[in-house]
Amino acid sequence: MLAFLGLEDLDDLFAEIPEALRLAGGLDLPPAMSEPDVAWRLDDLASRNRPCGRDLVCFAGAGSYDHEIPAVVRSLASRSEFLTAYTPYQPEVSQGVLQAIFEYQTMIARLSGLDVANASLYDGAASLVEAVNLAVVATGRPRVLCSQAVHPHWRQQLETFSRGSGNEIDTVPLSAGVTSWNEVVGGGPFAAVVVAAPNFLGCLEDIGAARAIADHFGARLIVCFDPVSAGLLRPPGELGADVVVGEGQPFGTALGFGGPYLGLFACRLADVRRIPGRIVGETLDREGRHAYVMTLRAREQDIRRERASSNVCTNQTLMAVTAAIQLSWLGPKGLREVALGCARATRYTREALCRIDGVQLLTSAPVLREFAVGTPVAPEKLIERLVEDGFLAGVPIRPGFEGTAYEGGLLVAATEKRTRAEIDDFAAAFERAVR
Amino acid sequence: MSAPMPAGRALGAPLLARDFEPTIFEFSAPGRHAASFRTTDLPAWTAEELVPEAFRQTESVALPEVSERDLVAHFTRLTHRQYSVDLGAYPLGSCTMKYNPKAADAGASLPGFTQVHPAAPASCTQGWLELLVELEESLCAITGMQAATLQPAAGAAGELTGLLLMRAYHDAHGESERRRRVVIPDSAHGTNPASVTLSGFEVATVGTNARGGVDLDALRALLDDDVAGIMLTNPSTLGLFEDEIVEIAEAVHDVGGLLYYDGANLNAILGIVRPGDMGFDIVHLNVHKTFGTPHGGGGPGAGPVAVCAELAPFLPGPRPTRTESGYDLTMPEHSIGRVHSWHGNAVVLLRTWIYLRLNGGDGLKRVSEVAVLNANWLKERLRGTYDIAYDRTVMHECVVSAKSLHHQAGLSALDVAKRLMELGFHPPTVYFPLIVEEALMIEPTETESPQTLAALADAFIQVARESLDAGNADDAKAAPRTTPVGRVDDARAARKLVVTFDQRSAQ
Repeated sequence: MLAFLGLEDLDDLFAEIPEALRLAGGLDLPPAMSEPDVAWRLDDLASRNRPCGRDLVCFAGAGSYDHEIPAVVRSLASRSEFLTAYTPYQPEVSQGVLQAIFEYQTMIARLSGLDVANASLYDGAASLVEAVNLAVVATGRPRVLCSQAVHPHWRQQLETFSRGSGNEIDTVPLSAGVTSWNEVVGGGPFAAVVVAAPNFLGCLEDIGAARAIADHFGARLIVCFDPVSAGLLRPPGELGADVVVGEGQPFGTALGFGGPYLGLFACRLADVRRIPGRIVGETLDREGRHAYVMTLRAREQDIRRERASSNVCTNQTLMAVTAAIQLSWLGPKGLREVALGCARATRYTREALCRIDGVQLLTSAPVLREFAVGTPVAPEKLIERLVEDGFLAGVPIRPGFEGTAYEGGLLVAATEKRTRAEIDDFAAAFERAVR
Repeated sequence: MSAPMPAGRALGAPLLARDFEPTIFEFSAPGRHAASFRTTDLPAWTAEELVPEAFRQTESVALPEVSERDLVAHFTRLTHRQYSVDLGAYPLGSCTMKYNPKAADAGASLPGFTQVHPAAPASCTQGWLELLVELEESLCAITGMQAATLQPAAGAAGELTGLLLMRAYHDAHGESERRRRVVIPDSAHGTNPASVTLSGFEVATVGTNARGGVDLDALRALLDDDVAGIMLTNPSTLGLFEDEIVEIAEAVHDVGGLLYYDGANLNAILGIVRPGDMGFDIVHLNVHKTFGTPHGGGGPGAGPVAVCAELAPFLPGPRPTRTESGYDLTMPEHSIGRVHSWHGNAVVLLRTWIYLRLNGGDGLKRVSEVAVLNANWLKERLRGTYDIAYDRTVMHECVVSAKSLHHQAGLSALDVAKRLMELGFHPPTVYFPLIVEEALMIEPTETESPQTLAALADAFIQVARESLDAGNADDAKAAPRTTPVGRVDDARAARKLVVTFDQRSAQ
């Protein structure tokens, strides 16, 4: 091949790179390892983790949940046609991914109670940032009202990106575990009102009350929902949400140390031309047959460039396809069973923990799949102690709740995977650990 | 070498699956069910007992009701309508669609990694943190940088993160009010200008000179103390090495600006030259391009951002860090904050680590050498049939043009792309970069064999010859006819918007 190019050496290919810049002596990296050597090293690293399972029964949530992932979902979602394709720029050879996304969009629209959904974003936090940007662009206002019970990491991300966008985030405090909207006095005009339902502390929020605040300011209502709870709760769209965002990890994606996850994003048809990222639509081919294609491309960064309201290009398509497969496996009955299973296990856990001396619920509003408790021992210490007994007890409530009644609490979640025996053992270990 | 060999063409199942596949909703039958769960022995509290009425749904969500067998059949048939790297060459320019090693699939499904909760205490995540710290060090070695964040979930997220770091740096020097502009070449990816706007800066566009590089005089004219920095891809989106990079770096640094390296094209220079040595201060990487993590039909990727020492205190956090007793998560002193819900796309980063260990330092250099060799070989094979946009040694990809073909035979870049599908190949990127008329941007990558490259070149040449010599442009104009669907009407999709099955049903 070199001879065909009239070259003698591979090095000649790089003659245009100034000699002074060329890396002498090669990269400072370990030499290549064989595949089995890499596998042994990985096993060694993995052995220094404590994965959730029989040896560490999971009661942690906070946006990452230990749900059932059946063999059929793992098997289909890991097929290499889904795994090793690029973004479907050429629709004629990408109908598989395009149709799977179209089906996913339909399912997310139905779950959220809204008209349309996009093809996914990075994670729940990214979806919230994009929802706020949509509202700011749509209203021409930079200020946003955000409940303090929205996931603290998502709020931190809103803050991070506001440094660039110039958006201003006003945080609305909590009372009894839910957003205290009556503390909003004047201010505005606001682009959006943001509420999580159920919220970070596990409490059900009155979406109607948030809608009233949004109406008062003529703002968009953004609801961060839990797609599993959607198996029991009224859809946010039905209760007045304009944009629904959420973390789609519970639908077939492993805990995976926090990623890759799945940003859910749904909105009303009126906002479809402001939707961030990819969206798949239906059309016809030249012979009049049904076909799918990425559509409304004129919104996107590669066409609109500096006038685009989002820079999203790569998203989380594989996780979206996975979610479509998992939701088809669940069906309406299965989704309801998961939601009910979570609610039952959570109630049983809550009642068991609250019987322990010194452990009390930190909220009084109704909870569903997660709850916050105060404990006589700092949550970090408690978690370490219970890890010894084979339980991941929960997540400490710290950043984003400074100076509130919830700071220093423990957030506990129990999914449909938790059995009575596991919870009884957990409660017994918990009681020993707080003594 | 140029003898026609059958190797590498994908004329298999995906291109034969021509029957329409109904949606999963159309397979649905009331009462059908696939899911099963653990037996929990918990009290069977009802929805009425668990959810106050005001919150409780009145009807269940209309999801498909299918058996596991039908579920498998439907999604398997969808895979037969989908091209992928595992099937054959995917020379999509700027996307670096290389083969993804299967060893990474195995590693990425180890429960010791996949079942770790992201909020678990550091005592439960030592293996993960060690791996991520090692990965950060490797990425710094490759880029010539001092520290990196692994949080950004994709290249565009990395760009925005990098620009916010640029802003934080100028802020710390009391100059963020004044430094409003970020310079971008007219050949840049669309994410660059979009990210600039989202980070609160203004775009200043610099033109391209006759050799395909940044017009240095035009750049100098743009530079002033209101410039925050410049974003560059090197090699550029034209596949050309920016050989005046030292002068560019000096000029930008002289006015107090920073240099941002868009890592989209890093596959050309691994072990050859490092962005840090070129003068860059901030570098983002697309691991789903350069380091062989599969792209998943559109994602997930990961877009780590590496920086020079001066910018390290501003990195997002918390960051995996080596401590005296092991590993922990720590917050940099002047961190810009979080840019991900947790620690980034960890399992994608795990695949990256595997790729880097499998290749090692020497292997990575070989990756770039072969990638560049393949692109140059293809360019030379296409010379005379297609126009060469800028006639220089190219790096990892070559941009050719169907401009003459368009004039002589009425064949557009799009027609060429669609006809290539019939010949068993995924097309190259078309109509990008925007500054090349009828652009065909071809990136073969290092993983395609010489036989496959020859077959690919032959296919390109056949498309042109059958219209020029045989006067038959009809095949290309009518293409593709062997794919699951024929040429798709994308204007109609935008005009008659149907993005859910329910919208279709309502029509």
